[in-house]
Amino acid sequence: MVNTQTVATDIDSAQPAGDEVIRCERLTKKYPENILAVDGLDMVVHCGEIFGLLGPNGAGKTTTVGMLTSLVVPTAGKALVAGIDVVAHPALVRQLIGVVSQTNNLDRALTVWENLYYHGRFFGMSARQSREAADRLLVEFRLTERAKADVMTISGGMAKRLQVARALMHSPSVLFLDEPTAGLDPQSRLALWEVLNKAHTEGQTILMTTHYMQEADTVCERIAIMDHGRILASDSPKNLKQSVGADSIMTISATGNLEALAKLLKERVEGVTGSQQLDGTIQLRLKGAWGVLPRVVSVAEQGGYNITDLSVTEPTLETVFIGLTGKELRD
Amino acid sequence: MNTKACVRTFPVPEPGKSMAAASSTAFGALLLRDLVVLRKSLGIFIARTLIQPFLLVFVFLYVFPLIGEGVGGGSAGGESLFATILVAGVVGLSIMFQGIQAVALPLATEFGYTKEIEDRVLAPLPVSLVAMGKVVAGAIQGIVAAVIVFPIASIIHAHGVHPNLVVDWPVLLTLIPLSAVMTSGLGLVLGTVIQPRNISAMFGFIILPMTFLGGTYYPWTALEAVKVGGFSWLQALVCVNPLIYVTEGFRAALTRAPHMPLYVVYPVLTGFCVVLLGVGCRAFRRRVIS
Repeated sequence: MVNTQTVATDIDSAQPAGDEVIRCERLTKKYPENILAVDGLDMVVHCGEIFGLLGPNGAGKTTTVGMLTSLVVPTAGKALVAGIDVVAHPALVRQLIGVVSQTNNLDRALTVWENLYYHGRFFGMSARQSREAADRLLVEFRLTERAKADVMTISGGMAKRLQVARALMHSPSVLFLDEPTAGLDPQSRLALWEVLNKAHTEGQTILMTTHYMQEADTVCERIAIMDHGRILASDSPKNLKQSVGADSIMTISATGNLEALAKLLKERVEGVTGSQQLDGTIQLRLKGAWGVLPRVVSVAEQGGYNITDLSVTEPTLETVFIGLTGKELRD
Repeated sequence: MNTKACVRTFPVPEPGKSMAAASSTAFGALLLRDLVVLRKSLGIFIARTLIQPFLLVFVFLYVFPLIGEGVGGGSAGGESLFATILVAGVVGLSIMFQGIQAVALPLATEFGYTKEIEDRVLAPLPVSLVAMGKVVAGAIQGIVAAVIVFPIASIIHAHGVHPNLVVDWPVLLTLIPLSAVMTSGLGLVLGTVIQPRNISAMFGFIILPMTFLGGTYYPWTALEAVKVGGFSWLQALVCVNPLIYVTEGFRAALTRAPHMPLYVVYPVLTGFCVVLLGVGCRAFRRRVIS
């Protein structure tokens, strides 16, 4: 029995109950030596969504994916996939999910083609179905020429494509991708997203982790920003960027006491909604402020400061992250 | 963009199969994968299966009698008796080494840096069945090894040395699979409990003592002569070694030589199977699920 639910892409609209495919309730993982990797995480992902977990290394993204894919047992809380408790029925959940792990975990005893074929067989595909699907995916992922190659001999980009192809073999309803594009060249990255978009338009839900903001911004329909095992904010990239309360960000490098300069600029320049110091620069949040640049320069000079560099950008997810944590995402 | 009134309809997915159905097909596919990998290295498999028994039999039953260092009292009769004893030991030893080589060593690499086992752990079946799949594949290799080793062990010997073999088929046909499962279970425990970086130490500390104190070169009954103050300590000590029940069992299955009673061999081997598989499956789970 398949019950059809309506899914709205607008996260602000009321969601019909039961359309969620992933649910975490107070999900917690404490590793030995009291390392709290995930700390009471609440999260919902809806059917057909591309959802991104964005955060720095060590934020708890991989552990969260581990708990949802049955490889990590939560210390507390609940993880549900398609309404099925992952801890209670891991083998049932595995029928529905495909997992691409961060590391290259291809079967080194098998060839490129065999990695796909036997994965299909594990999931109950007949020899013929699995053979056809393997052939088709090799074409889609441009790996046909290396079909008979030893997986040890293919490049990192090919290995990652093969891992994604393998995860798609059994047509999983939910695809988990842990840092899928880390270490990929731009061309492989584009190729990967092309294929994933196709899978997505056929209704597949994708949950991915990434520390590339740009990628999260362009690819994901909804994002949860994670740090220290917690979700700090969760919304569409657009809404997250709007939540900063600024339509542009000015980054200033200057000599002298930056804290005093930030205060001065906030007081004397109209349109500055907030400021933050970061790595020897000041970040000013600006709203509805046209022609603010000369004003900033003259106020700083009058105050005896020497501006060494200045740039204006639109708010990005990086800005959102900085606003939430007071630190940069990439470190 | 996000406020567009775009409403898509997608079904909430449901598992397509019952857990039992998905598990049994997945288990079969895991076995298929292991056997395909075995077929790829069939030459090496046969070579590694044959090399040790061949050397044992060649040195003890061919070279030693010829150079006058025959084991078994120097007479041709004594040498033949030793040959009879050794054949059973060699078959048992071959099965044990398959358990180590087919299960413990591959697991060490698959758990290690590569985490190759992960894709099989994510197959739609309980994790303990993934471990059992490894054991069954290892046991199949053990059975094949026993079948190809036996002729060598019974044929190669010097002129005048004759292993006196009398095959008890019911015992042989039950003992081979039982021993193969037990030693694969041992391989599962060793491969999961020992850290991959320590796997080479396993040979020195575990495999070597097991081999030398496993009744390969002597029957268990003869150890009665090793006494301290009237207590046959070595005979008692080797009872902790699962290999002794395998070699003694084969002695019963292949020869008329004195051996440990079968009513001890079968229950103890079965007990070792249960314990090793239980411990091995738990340890396997602990290694792949954090």
